[in-house]
Amino acid sequence: MTSVPKTTNLSTFGATGSRKSQAQWRRVMRRFLKRPLAVIGLVLVVAFILVAVFGPLLLPDPNKQDFATLLQPPSLAHLLGTDDLGRDVLSRIASGARVSLLAGVLSTTIAMVIGITLGLITGFYRGWFDVVFMRIIDVMLAFPFLIFAVGLAAILGASLTNVIIALGVSQIPEVVRIARGEAMAIREQEFVSGAVADGARDFTIMARYIAPNAASAFIVQATVAIPGAIIGEATLSFLGLGVQPPMASWGIMLTSAQQFLAQAPYLALFPGIAIALTTLGFNLLGDGLRDALDPKEKR
Amino acid sequence: MTRFILQRVITSVITLFLASIVVFIGARMLPGDPAQVLAGESADPALLEAIREQFGLNQPIWVQYFTYIGQALTGNLGVSTRDNIPVAEILLQRLPITLELAGLAILIGLVIGITAGVVSAVKRGTFVDYVATGFGLVGLSVPSFWLGLLAILLFAITWQVLPASGFVGFAEDPIGNLRGMILPATVLGIGLSAVLMRQTRAALLGQLSADYVRTARSKGVTRGREVSHALRNSLTTVVTVLGLQLGALIGGAIVTEQIFVIPGFGKLIIDAVAARNYPILQGAVLVAVTGYVLVNLLVDVAYAYLNPRMRLSGGSE
Repeated sequence: MTSVPKTTNLSTFGATGSRKSQAQWRRVMRRFLKRPLAVIGLVLVVAFILVAVFGPLLLPDPNKQDFATLLQPPSLAHLLGTDDLGRDVLSRIASGARVSLLAGVLSTTIAMVIGITLGLITGFYRGWFDVVFMRIIDVMLAFPFLIFAVGLAAILGASLTNVIIALGVSQIPEVVRIARGEAMAIREQEFVSGAVADGARDFTIMARYIAPNAASAFIVQATVAIPGAIIGEATLSFLGLGVQPPMASWGIMLTSAQQFLAQAPYLALFPGIAIALTTLGFNLLGDGLRDALDPKEKR
Repeated sequence: MTRFILQRVITSVITLFLASIVVFIGARMLPGDPAQVLAGESADPALLEAIREQFGLNQPIWVQYFTYIGQALTGNLGVSTRDNIPVAEILLQRLPITLELAGLAILIGLVIGITAGVVSAVKRGTFVDYVATGFGLVGLSVPSFWLGLLAILLFAITWQVLPASGFVGFAEDPIGNLRGMILPATVLGIGLSAVLMRQTRAALLGQLSADYVRTARSKGVTRGREVSHALRNSLTTVVTVLGLQLGALIGGAIVTEQIFVIPGFGKLIIDAVAARNYPILQGAVLVAVTGYVLVNLLVDVAYAYLNPRMRLSGGSE
């Protein structure tokens, strides 16, 4: 097979149509920024990332125990109080944010890279490979998400790396279905037929013509998958199958808070608020992006 | 439609068969030697070999699989390594508890979700709509285990009106059972209601702006009848969403049972992982997956039935 010669009609949709695509993205950004809720979502997500990246660098050691200050309510010395081992809750929340960010972003990256690759291949080639592969995906989807993740975490063992792998693999089926659907729809478009007629290689068609045109669907899916993975990590850690103490995770913090609900309710309050605000941020961002990327949206 | 149902049944059976292989292999990939778990840490090699012989653990894996599935089809899922009680017996004790929890949660989710969705769509752009939409967004973002802890903090510790944990059988004490179930079921139902609210609102808004509703409106149909027609046509969305949310509901049940110490199916799975009780884990996951596939099949059939285009076209849509 020969490499694809660049033609004007292809460049409109392919990687070389950068000017038009830049203009499209600017339009999307303008539509996005006109939505107050979407902007709030973006602010929350950026705040979460800043806390995760810089918080642990600026705050005291999250694992430093101080038996003189056990279960202290919020004060000026400890803005969010201390836990049952005298550790600073704010530091642990910032450290937990880093764990959540790692779990959310890395597991979603695993799911997106593998899922998009497999989905594009099956949707592009169809045939027996697609039939066999989609049966495998059906089998993966036959397992409720948490049962699948719990099973994988039990097999792999409890650690942050394994949680990331378990959550990433558990999210692959959904991404495959979306990528496959996009590939099937886009391969019927005229510009793809044109590329085929010009002798473009299959890989080139998938990478330069199908994937970029399905980018909006993938971006929206990622904004759904990241909060799903963040809650997934917190849930697995809460159940004792995720991150292990003394490492701080919002899920672990809630597990230990359960024992001190009556004496120190703030221990259960703050990690939960952190999870809720982060997830809310990603949900608002996802909703805003979906609306901004929808060509039917005129606003 | 018969052809559609038949196709879905065949696909579900194949999926279940393949899923059972995954569960079986997965259980064997769990860390630790099952014979060692049965015999204890300091068992001598002869005893371990005898156990492997007795449970067929030294046979080829495919022989083990077909033996297991053959027995499973007759209701024999092996015995718990902890107390030698048949797995099927334990599952039959635990399953009704989780089904009660899930049933109550679905009921609460449907009532709150559909009501909020309808009110929000009918009163679009008003204060009520903003409150309902806000509830939908927050409900989606709050993990059920945190909601559970907050519920215990408020209702059990601060106001002391409902128990924080403990389970009483319905037959034993119906009032005590419902008092113990109301918090976990509400916690589980709220997440579901948030999704249902958002989808009902979107579907109903779509229907209310459809041509047939505008025509009915121009003929002087009352607002109540208009909404009732549109709502009926939005039901397919509600059924589909309910089916899609089932996985989340099962996951939520696992966590909720853990928080409220309800001896259901979810708690059984987590306890089995902790105790490395593989026969229980294998049996419980197999039953959960079977139930999940069957309910999804029922949802697809219900969808086909509710959607007149599919019902009348023979399911070729």
